[in-house]
Amino acid sequence: MNRARIAISAADRARLAAAHPALMRTDPKSRAITGAIVVLGAALAGYGFWRLDFSLARIGSGLGQLAHFVTLMIPPDPGTQLPLYIHALGETLSIAFLGTLIGAVIALPFGFLAARTVVRNPFIHFLVRRCLDIVRGIDKLIWALIYVTVVGLGPFAGILAIATASIGELGKLFSEAIEALDRKPEEGVLSTGGSKAEAVRFAMLPQVLPVIASQMLYYFESNARQSTIVGIVGAGGLGLHLAEQIRVLEWQKVSFLILMMLVMVAAIDFISSRLRFSIIGKSRMEA
Amino acid sequence: MAHAVTILPDEQIAALARRYDEAVAMRRRHSLMVAAVIGVCIALASWGGEVRPGVFFANAGRLTNYFWSILPTLHWATLGKDLADWYWNLDGWLKLLFDTILIAYLGTLIGGIGGFFLCFLASANLVKNPFIRLTARRFLEFCRTVPEIVFALLFVVAFGLGAMPGVMALAIHTMGALGKLFAEVVENIDMNPVEGATASGASWPQMVRLAVVPQVLSNFASYGLLRFEVNVREAAIMGFVGAGGIGQDLIEAIRKFYYSDVSAILLLIILTVMIIDLLTERLRHRLIGLEVER
Repeated sequence: MNRARIAISAADRARLAAAHPALMRTDPKSRAITGAIVVLGAALAGYGFWRLDFSLARIGSGLGQLAHFVTLMIPPDPGTQLPLYIHALGETLSIAFLGTLIGAVIALPFGFLAARTVVRNPFIHFLVRRCLDIVRGIDKLIWALIYVTVVGLGPFAGILAIATASIGELGKLFSEAIEALDRKPEEGVLSTGGSKAEAVRFAMLPQVLPVIASQMLYYFESNARQSTIVGIVGAGGLGLHLAEQIRVLEWQKVSFLILMMLVMVAAIDFISSRLRFSIIGKSRMEA
Repeated sequence: MAHAVTILPDEQIAALARRYDEAVAMRRRHSLMVAAVIGVCIALASWGGEVRPGVFFANAGRLTNYFWSILPTLHWATLGKDLADWYWNLDGWLKLLFDTILIAYLGTLIGGIGGFFLCFLASANLVKNPFIRLTARRFLEFCRTVPEIVFALLFVVAFGLGAMPGVMALAIHTMGALGKLFAEVVENIDMNPVEGATASGASWPQMVRLAVVPQVLSNFASYGLLRFEVNVREAAIMGFVGAGGIGQDLIEAIRKFYYSDVSAILLLIILTVMIIDLLTERLRHRLIGLEVER
């Protein structure tokens, strides 16, 4: 490709620099700040590498091992365990679906309690919000581990873990959706003599339901990813087999399981984004 | 004030009422159908997920018992001593927490650098060659779809136990996630500086450096900080599979029923996550402020 170049002579350049000094000057203060940030970041990284025992020898031998594993992974092959893995896939889907549903059902009343527009008492919604924050601060895998010790191994612990974590996340999202609602239908219900509960049922719920449905679908997508890994601590689904096969170094089965995960996640993303758009589209048309 | 209510003749009311009934019936049928589909899904999922409500309700007492017993025994009279007993291993846990934050930092940094270099290749407005662009995109997609804990499991086998596989797992996932967000930022830039740089003869790297990077850097930093928050949470569970950080003590405490340790470590994790969320939120607001000034 031929590019035309603008040739600038040294004299022209000096003239331009003299005419626009502000543009040509580098700002020493911002330079110093940028430099300091880079140096500090690099120093912290260096300290981290040292403290966490990084060594080139380890990285080298590890990469060699990893490359060896990858060659062993091809082609993906479930061996004789395909029916078992299909069953595990079903478990994973069940965990994601029931976890999201139970979480959303429990989160809904919390969402109303945490919404400033529904509960006037600031103390209550502050308290509910902090509780939701704490539940959200604990990772799904930690919940799964706790539930495994309480209800035993199996997908049921996974369902409870996903449900608990979803309460925290969905409760917050629901309360935000409820606070953003149009207040006029509520005034209408109250002015015709309806109670607060009736205002929630007839004025708020119909408005907020499509939003909630689309958020639930979105969380179903994200929970489908999460439910593939709760098995690592024994809470059922594909993760259980994946962790097991990695430990016994059955690489062809490992790659098959990872492939199953990727395909499942892609399929769920596709279906739920379709559903979500249709729900949002419909609610827009109704409004 | 007097209200006049017009009463329509019967034949008109009948037609309207029929129309209303039909509309209501249709909505009812629609809702019933959705409810039936959801019901079937619930039944299938309960069967697949081995849901046994009987077992759950029998164990519900154990659940509340569990949360009750992980609470520490604190008495007002001996508060200092009780707290010291509860946090008997505070030094060790704080060190592990520090490691956890370092893992998150290094993972975010390495992943961020990787995402930074790949995002320009994945942007439709900078790379016209569809082969390079789609390869970069598919690669980033793979990196973020495989959960980080799966990478960690693999790397623990390849590199041995320790924080290093945790950092690498976080870095790869972060690269995928940030690379996609970065590419979206790059696709929304003002293209005039790019044209200017290209027109005055800049090569592709020079064009990216001088025309694109100055526009996107503050946005990138803000996304990077957001990812750091996420990574701190993730780093806390890396220890579950032997990839370093506070997770290894937590999984031991839960598995071996060291009740008060569980609550002590959980509280530490929650506090750390909250403090880091607050700090990064401040920083991000300042970054967004910078963006608005420009």
